[in-house]
Amino acid sequence: MALNVATGTSSRDAAAEPALGLLALFWVILARDLRVGLRRWTDASNSALFFILVVTLFPLALSPRAEQLRMIAPGVLWIAALLATLLSLQLLFRSDLEDGTLEQLLTLPYPLGWMLLAKTLAHWIITGMPVVLMAPILAITYQLPATALSVLTLSLLLGTPTLSLLGSIGAALTAGLRGAGVLLVFIVAPLMLPVLILGARATDLALAGEDPTGPLYLLGALLVLAVSLAPVVAAGAIRVSAD
Amino acid sequence: MWTWFFRLASPPHVYALAGKLGLWFLIPAFALLAVGTWGGLVLAPPDYQQGDAFRIIYVHVPSAYLSMLIYVTMALAGAIGLIWRMKLAHAVAASCAPIGASFTFAALVTGAVWGKPMWGTYWEWDPRLTSELILLFLYFGYMGLRSAYEDINQADRASAILAIAGVANVPIIHFSVIWWASLHQGPTLSKLGAPSISGAMLWPLLTMILAFTLYFLGVLALRVKGEVLAREFQSRWAEDVLRGISTAGSQ
Repeated sequence: MALNVATGTSSRDAAAEPALGLLALFWVILARDLRVGLRRWTDASNSALFFILVVTLFPLALSPRAEQLRMIAPGVLWIAALLATLLSLQLLFRSDLEDGTLEQLLTLPYPLGWMLLAKTLAHWIITGMPVVLMAPILAITYQLPATALSVLTLSLLLGTPTLSLLGSIGAALTAGLRGAGVLLVFIVAPLMLPVLILGARATDLALAGEDPTGPLYLLGALLVLAVSLAPVVAAGAIRVSAD
Repeated sequence: MWTWFFRLASPPHVYALAGKLGLWFLIPAFALLAVGTWGGLVLAPPDYQQGDAFRIIYVHVPSAYLSMLIYVTMALAGAIGLIWRMKLAHAVAASCAPIGASFTFAALVTGAVWGKPMWGTYWEWDPRLTSELILLFLYFGYMGLRSAYEDINQADRASAILAIAGVANVPIIHFSVIWWASLHQGPTLSKLGAPSISGAMLWPLLTMILAFTLYFLGVLALRVKGEVLAREFQSRWAEDVLRGISTAGSQ
């Protein structure tokens, strides 16, 4: 029996016999969301392009002197990554709520938080991963030395999934609202500040030749916290939005 | 024994009770406010370092303390409302937000006014000021989300979830901001160690904290009264109440 989440035709069958294991379900949802996301490739590429654009603005507005660029690079790249995440979040649940996919997921006899974790991971792969991959290339244009480059990439790799997970709570809370873009930013941005602080500071420490492992460990800890708690909260929020 | 509790589910009863509670809290609050102001502005000696400028703590510290207490109260009320589906708890949470935001704003403004003579600038990226500013944004987000929902039940539940997520994040935000500031600047003058403050300065401060807390409870009760009436405006008893208000106004 094929579980067709996109059309939801088999949800009643699934309710009768929850035959799919949790892990298999995770892959089904992940693969489906990746496929849908890649077909709407303009949405997917928008956040990466936005990231590049924001990073390009700073040397134009400030000054292209190498030492100054190097000094602001960690902050600029992290702020740009945060803004790109915020921009992409509106699309996380919106289309699924409009075409009824979310309601189909709600009827399935599986934990909703688990399914949302798969959806958020797919969202991060499509919108967050390009940012992480672009960051070192852009950082080279900011004259960042190689040691700081790896720390920057690692901090983004640990930090941006946390941003997506925290953002999934806000996206779930505002999914049913019209024109919720600014509201979503207002809700979510204060919760994201610790990640921004730790990520930018880890890169800063590496740039200054100091040991960045402390903030990197903390970023990892926040990621573990977010993976275990955020989907549960987002599930509660989705139930409110889908009412 | 539990009747008083079950009666909290009755809006007309809560409406009447909140009105009474508001007065019971506000009258002692204003009395203590007068005592605390007299003690703080007249009786307490000037600080040997800060002179008379330190006296702003009698407004600043209670405001900052309440700004955090109210956020926790709001999240707790929201959680009670979510778990036990208690409408009164949601009304309390909704009433907390504007009061909390006002106290946060008051703490920020008094902090800035205090900062000018102490640090030489109105704004310093001090960890406490920064945390307080973020707290203000959390309040704005909560109120924005509430007002975005048209359906009151959805607004209640969505904002309760947000408040709970926010309260879980507040310690993380607070410690990350402290850590961030420790990398950037040395210790500031804002240290107000509890044991180093003298008794003549301390008792007006404690009085003011108590007065502010009672004032918060009184205003909260009055807001809950209004909130219950607004939620029940279509019911018979609310109509009677509103008609009573309008005839009393026209006389």
